[in-house]
Amino acid sequence: MKTSNGAKHEFDAAPWKGPTKRYDIVKEGSIALVFVVILTIALSLLMGSPDEPPLTFKGWAVSNADNFYVTAVQELAGTSGTATYGPPYNKASDGLNMGPLWLQKWVGVTRPIDSVNDFVIAPLSTQVMSTEIASALATWNAASATERQGWASAYDDAITKVEGKLSDVPAGAYGPVPALAKGLTDMAKAGALDAALLSQGGFFQTDNTKQILFFGDGAYLDDAGTKANLQGGTWGMMNETGRYPGQAWLWLYSFWYQIPPFNNEESKPIGANADAYIMGIMGLLSLGLILIPVIPGIKSLPMRVPIHRGIWRQYYETQGIKRRKK
Amino acid sequence: MSEMWTAKLRNKWQKELPIEKLLPDDQPAYVASWIYVFGVLTLAALAMIIFSGIILAFQGPAWYHTSHAGKFTNSLHFWSVQLFFVFMVIHLWGKFWMAAWRGKRFATWATGAVAFIASIATAFTGYLVQTNFDSQWISFEAKDGFNSVGVGAWFTVTNLGQMLLLHVAFLPLILGAITVVHVLMVRKRGVVPPIDAQPSTDSEVGR
Repeated sequence: MKTSNGAKHEFDAAPWKGPTKRYDIVKEGSIALVFVVILTIALSLLMGSPDEPPLTFKGWAVSNADNFYVTAVQELAGTSGTATYGPPYNKASDGLNMGPLWLQKWVGVTRPIDSVNDFVIAPLSTQVMSTEIASALATWNAASATERQGWASAYDDAITKVEGKLSDVPAGAYGPVPALAKGLTDMAKAGALDAALLSQGGFFQTDNTKQILFFGDGAYLDDAGTKANLQGGTWGMMNETGRYPGQAWLWLYSFWYQIPPFNNEESKPIGANADAYIMGIMGLLSLGLILIPVIPGIKSLPMRVPIHRGIWRQYYETQGIKRRKK
Repeated sequence: MSEMWTAKLRNKWQKELPIEKLLPDDQPAYVASWIYVFGVLTLAALAMIIFSGIILAFQGPAWYHTSHAGKFTNSLHFWSVQLFFVFMVIHLWGKFWMAAWRGKRFATWATGAVAFIASIATAFTGYLVQTNFDSQWISFEAKDGFNSVGVGAWFTVTNLGQMLLLHVAFLPLILGAITVVHVLMVRKRGVVPPIDAQPSTDSEVGR
């Protein structure tokens, strides 16, 4: 017997009047819970869970003092990743865009970070310091903004010219910048910088933004991410430290970073703004997932692909319902 | 009496979702596949996540780094999340291939899809509050995506306090509420009939 689409819709929506069977959903739920509890306990006992200790500024400054020192100079010169980031931290750039949509720029600076003071001067000022560092700080604080920028830029340029080999940097008008960078490096080596970065502004602090951003400006965090196979270009978003499953459900988000033009930062306009475009794509796809029942083509896919014949095999056999003809 | 909001709500509830529908002791005969188990398995894993999460919340985010009991509880939380997503994804694919939105079940599908998205957000904030190297790395990398579309101005992945509150309070509340609505929708509408199922008599059409 054939029915119209409207009648079939009403039939699907109406309470089932066909054959039924006894089905204890409370028992089913209880068995499922016991099964999951046992499985979870077994996996926990056998596998444990990942827990790589966090990186510290002390670890960075001790293991790669030159890189830490150069990063401190970049913070003073305003050339680090954070100093040049743009919103929501500062106005050094406009940030990323999706065509005419400059959302990052439009929301503006909501989490202001001044890399010079927040990352270098303020932490150094909390310390009992040597005469050399105290003098360097006093010189810096007494100087004009132009003088400070001139010293820091000159030193940063000189380091860049010798490709970071500090022993080859020629003498120059760098003012107190070398002493300040050395002071911060020594402070980090002593283990005092982590807490100093966090505690700015009061006793109770739960915001690690300054620490995380400063970390990312150097090579230490990036190297550790590469070593742990966590880089975005190698599906790192889905990975976890050690031999544990990560956020595998982010596979589609991660997928876009593996293919052109998203995986090429030099490719304009999309590759250079990959983060924004991929966010946009995933937003649309998420909306698409919710709206599948009304999207032509996709909503009728299950009727055309006979996977349902396997799911309801018993019903189709007992009712003698053959596969529909295309 | 019938003008009372309370009475109207009770009457509507009793009409739409009587206790026999909420806790039925029978099901259509076509409910005979392992695929039907994955919805309830997802709920069971969610219960395990909430249980282990409550213990972790009472002890604080750093407890599991230094305590064997903490490490084990964290492992329970970790693996129940992994199982939760495995079960939920199988459930979701199963419902897709069953076209389970048929017969006025759009809201059931939509709440399920929103629950899936809310689960991803909740798990993501969980990874950010591990207070270990992984959370350092994820927060540094993820900030660029959120900042690029302006969301980072308020949703600050590098802010441990904000992420912790969202993970243990706000997002579970949202996810829990959506899940309850989803389950109630399933019970209200019943399990979708098979594709190609036809009424056996004319009286079964268009009731």
